[in-house]
Amino acid sequence: MSADNEEHGKFIDEHSGEESTGHEWDGIAELNTPMPRWWLGIMYASIIWSIIYVILMPGIPLLNGYTKGTLGFSDRARVTKAVEKMHAERSVFSQKLIGANLETIQSDPDLLRFAMAQGKSLFGDNCETCHGASGRGFPGYPNLNDDIWLWGGSYADIRQTINYGIRADHDDTRLSLMAAYGRDEIFSRTEIGALTDYVINLSTPSDKPNTLGTTLFAENCTSCHGDLGKGTRENGAPDLTDQDWLYGGRRETIQATIFNGRKGLMPNWNERLSQDQIAALSVYVHSLGGGE
Amino acid sequence: MSKLHDFMEKRSFALLFGILAVVSVGGLVEIAPLFFIDSTIEEVDGMRPYSPLELAGRDVYVREGCYLCHSQMVRPLRDEIERYGHYSLAAESMYDHPFQWGSKRTGPDIARLGGKYSDEWHVLHLSDPRAVVPESVMPPYKFLLKNKINAERYTKHLIANRRVGVPYTDEMIKMAASDMKTQINPDADDFDGFMARYPKAVVRNFDGNADDITEMDALVAYLQMLGTLIDFNEYEATKGENER
Repeated sequence: MSADNEEHGKFIDEHSGEESTGHEWDGIAELNTPMPRWWLGIMYASIIWSIIYVILMPGIPLLNGYTKGTLGFSDRARVTKAVEKMHAERSVFSQKLIGANLETIQSDPDLLRFAMAQGKSLFGDNCETCHGASGRGFPGYPNLNDDIWLWGGSYADIRQTINYGIRADHDDTRLSLMAAYGRDEIFSRTEIGALTDYVINLSTPSDKPNTLGTTLFAENCTSCHGDLGKGTRENGAPDLTDQDWLYGGRRETIQATIFNGRKGLMPNWNERLSQDQIAALSVYVHSLGGGE
Repeated sequence: MSKLHDFMEKRSFALLFGILAVVSVGGLVEIAPLFFIDSTIEEVDGMRPYSPLELAGRDVYVREGCYLCHSQMVRPLRDEIERYGHYSLAAESMYDHPFQWGSKRTGPDIARLGGKYSDEWHVLHLSDPRAVVPESVMPPYKFLLKNKINAERYTKHLIANRRVGVPYTDEMIKMAASDMKTQINPDADDFDGFMARYPKAVVRNFDGNADDITEMDALVAYLQMLGTLIDFNEYEATKGENER
């Protein structure tokens, strides 16, 4: 150890040329090696940058508000502009879409492509939750790929349904009610049993006579489901003679339907989606398979 | 080595006070403005305290940890606005103690879920998520249909919320138990009074069981009001103080 400053025990290290700090423990000394220059440079640059940033951008909270920064940056203003820009870009097509009928849309390949792309993503965000991926349906939530429609499958019908919903909270909504014949004690258990048999016979005919069921159906059900049970669209009443069931075709399910009634609800989308979005969605749903 | 550095390094108390001084500057800048938080909440029409049933539903939401997978915060980004609707405002969670913004989206954001789906769908989906969304990883919550809520005991929850600043009136607290029963019964006598106290509240028999107030009723009532209170046609998003 070559001490050149006896008072503080400091010395210059022979190998590195650095001065020691003067701390020494049992012959092991600490050198006062300075920070690397590149490291110091980055640290000072960061400090200067933070000062510039605070001047330019919103930064320091104050008792009543905050410093706004000289650039006037605002996340909310920026996103408002971005959304406006998006609407402006789409407006070429979306304005056309609102007033057009299906033929016009289908005869314009660009407009059709726009509607289908828009419709597909809207369907994924809003409709698939109930109607299933690509509209395959669930018990109680109609399959949109087949050609069976409760309230009509034309472009206008679909648009009407999406706009105002079914049994939704809107004055123009599609409305009908299947009564709870058992729960509200309109029919006895025997009567519900006979009616269930009758409804099953509509789709899978058998020769068993069922006068009670026939009478009950004629008196109570035909006004919505039609004389032959083939359903009516004015009432959104399903066809009971085919093999497709909205809630299920097992005996217990049909009995439960008659006992408790059914009132499936589809919300009105006119308040959540814009008219061009609803038009695009209607084009998409119409294209799924069963559009009329 | 600078003299100050040398001085501080050798005196532990000087170092301690030095650290305290630096940390308290950071603390003051971050904490003090919170005492004047009013200025960060937008002025909006339509926000009201939760109805007793919605509050009970919110408690179920917190208890079951829904916030771990669902956020309630639409961020000011174009794609989020496209999917979920208007970005969330601070005002929309001003009566939340604590707020339910969340930070993880295993499921979708539900800040604007109210009115999007039917009650029947919510009950089915909460009871057995995979019955309606086959690819869902959400756990089933069928037991909510069985858990009953004692309306009489819920008054205390309103009082507790009032203590932390939610503006429940004396009338709201007096009528809490009755309001809870009213919200699942559209034919209730006090329907008009209830709607006056809690405008835009949804009054329906949510879970299909008219006799009992269940946790399912409460949770669905809460989900059906999320994001519905403010009319964004009237909100001035570009007004100076609303831009931030």
